[in-house]
Amino acid sequence: MKLLTKVALTVLVLGTAACTRPDRFGADGADGANGPMDGASAQAGVSDPTSPLYFNQTIGDRVLFVVNSSTLSDQGKTILAGQARWLQTNADYLAIIEGHADERGTREYNIGLGFRRANAVREYLVSLGVPTNRLRVTSYGKERPVQVCSTESCYSENRRAVTVISIASLS
Amino acid sequence: MLKQLMSVMVALVLGGAAMAQSGPLRLTITDGVIEPLPYAVPTFQAETIEATQVAVDLTRLVARDLTGTGLFREIPSSAFISQPSAFTQTVAYPDWRAINAQALITGAVTVSGNQLVVKFRLFDVFSGAEMGGGLQFAGTVEGWRRMGHKVSDAVYSRITGETGYFDSRVVYVAETGPKDQRQKRLAVMDYDGANTQFLTDSGALVLAPRFSPNGDRVLYTSFESGFPRINILDVASVGRRQLTTAQGEIAFSPRFSRDGNQVIYSLANGGNTDIYRSDLGSGAAVRLTSAPSIETAPSLSPDGTQIVFESDRSGSQQLYIMSANGGEARRISFGDGSYGTPVWSPRADLIAFTKQNAGRFHIGVMRTDGSEERLLTASFLDEGPTWSPNGRVIMFSRETQGVSGTSALYSVDISGRNLQPVAVPGGASDPSWGPLQP
Repeated sequence: MKLLTKVALTVLVLGTAACTRPDRFGADGADGANGPMDGASAQAGVSDPTSPLYFNQTIGDRVLFVVNSSTLSDQGKTILAGQARWLQTNADYLAIIEGHADERGTREYNIGLGFRRANAVREYLVSLGVPTNRLRVTSYGKERPVQVCSTESCYSENRRAVTVISIASLS
Repeated sequence: MLKQLMSVMVALVLGGAAMAQSGPLRLTITDGVIEPLPYAVPTFQAETIEATQVAVDLTRLVARDLTGTGLFREIPSSAFISQPSAFTQTVAYPDWRAINAQALITGAVTVSGNQLVVKFRLFDVFSGAEMGGGLQFAGTVEGWRRMGHKVSDAVYSRITGETGYFDSRVVYVAETGPKDQRQKRLAVMDYDGANTQFLTDSGALVLAPRFSPNGDRVLYTSFESGFPRINILDVASVGRRQLTTAQGEIAFSPRFSRDGNQVIYSLANGGNTDIYRSDLGSGAAVRLTSAPSIETAPSLSPDGTQIVFESDRSGSQQLYIMSANGGEARRISFGDGSYGTPVWSPRADLIAFTKQNAGRFHIGVMRTDGSEERLLTASFLDEGPTWSPNGRVIMFSRETQGVSGTSALYSVDISGRNLQPVAVPGGASDPSWGPLQP
């Protein structure tokens, strides 16, 4: 039974790892529940506190920012504290932190801004004890919005840093 | 008889008006409002039967090039009094003066197998003199557009005294799909949107390509690895390689040095983005800024001694100029709002930029000391200016808002006149205008 669980978990993990290359749509969990797994195993994942799905949906994989800022909100810090605990408990996983910006800025600046946001998350996770060698940061600038309307209701969701759980080699 | 007399009278009247034009035909491009110069370009003579269609197409291309500048106005052929019957025929100046054609372009096209020869002559109608000698271009039939653009460049140059920009290419990002599923590929096109050709597939997100000074290579940012990295691509072979970037770093916003041997770009490490210069041969990198703020979008002056860039060190994005070797920078933008993506004009006198203010985006120009700021456009989202090879026209991206927002390329001249879309098939962004081709 124990062996079976381990096998099931490994399959689940590899299934997730296969889609953790950052440059893809939905990678950052906008459709986290619609990952590569079928409905039944997705349900199992959500109820399993060691699963990336639990991380994405129950703990929360993202924090949001105000315009042109990379300052973490209190709400963001609470989510990141949960992320840090999960990462310390589930030591096999690595994480890529993706920074994003809304469309109201120039392309290059938004890459720098997204990177700054991702690093704010990285530094906070490290301050809570997550080893630096398990975290990597990248930025998509304004290239990967999760919401496509041109109003603040969408922009506020696009200004985000998303922690993408991965078991794949980070090299 | 009466009709003939009348045309003579008309010619006299118009001739009188044209006397104000002192001396030979010359259009000086200024920032003021100008009256487009009227010209006639009768369909080039087809000297072989095979040349009939290409003669028509090539003549229309020349007219589109010239009229598209906003500096010239074509007189429709329906107004012509006579048609030149042979390339070498003496010009009937009175017939062209009568319809107020200040310039007359005549040409002839020969097709033999796959060989195309184009000849043209330019006349100053009111001086009654040819401007410069006849010119001839030879090439393949498939290359007819380039030969047309070369005719246009020669005409533009003879009349304005400045080099043209028609026989040039633009590298850009071709876009497909909705905003949240957008696919981006590198593509290259003629300046007028024709002859598009893809340089990469849509497998990886690519951004902001930049032509090398002679147009042989392209620098761009690729997310192939999931992390922004700078790639260099050889246009002829489409072969590419990645510039070395250490783990934990991302690199973006590259541009070539004026000699094409170095690249200036942004490198981000630990959340901080600074400007670096790397030698493309040795890979040796020099850090040029070291502020804790975001420094990006560097662009070299034409003489290679200075770099204009954007930084948010003051709290908002502003433009700065520093030595090409780094060191202290002086801020040049002081208007309302924020400024980004500065690009030094090939004429050295102006900086083009993107300005964001009060919810709108603008393409603008200012002098290198920050004075005489002039906004050329306004929309929901304009960004990323690039200069025509002669520094007279700016091309940029314009994105429309909302769920169905798409990106397209536009051009505008540096006085803010003649704003027009570039006829690119599909969505397009991030243009980089290459040199006039040899």
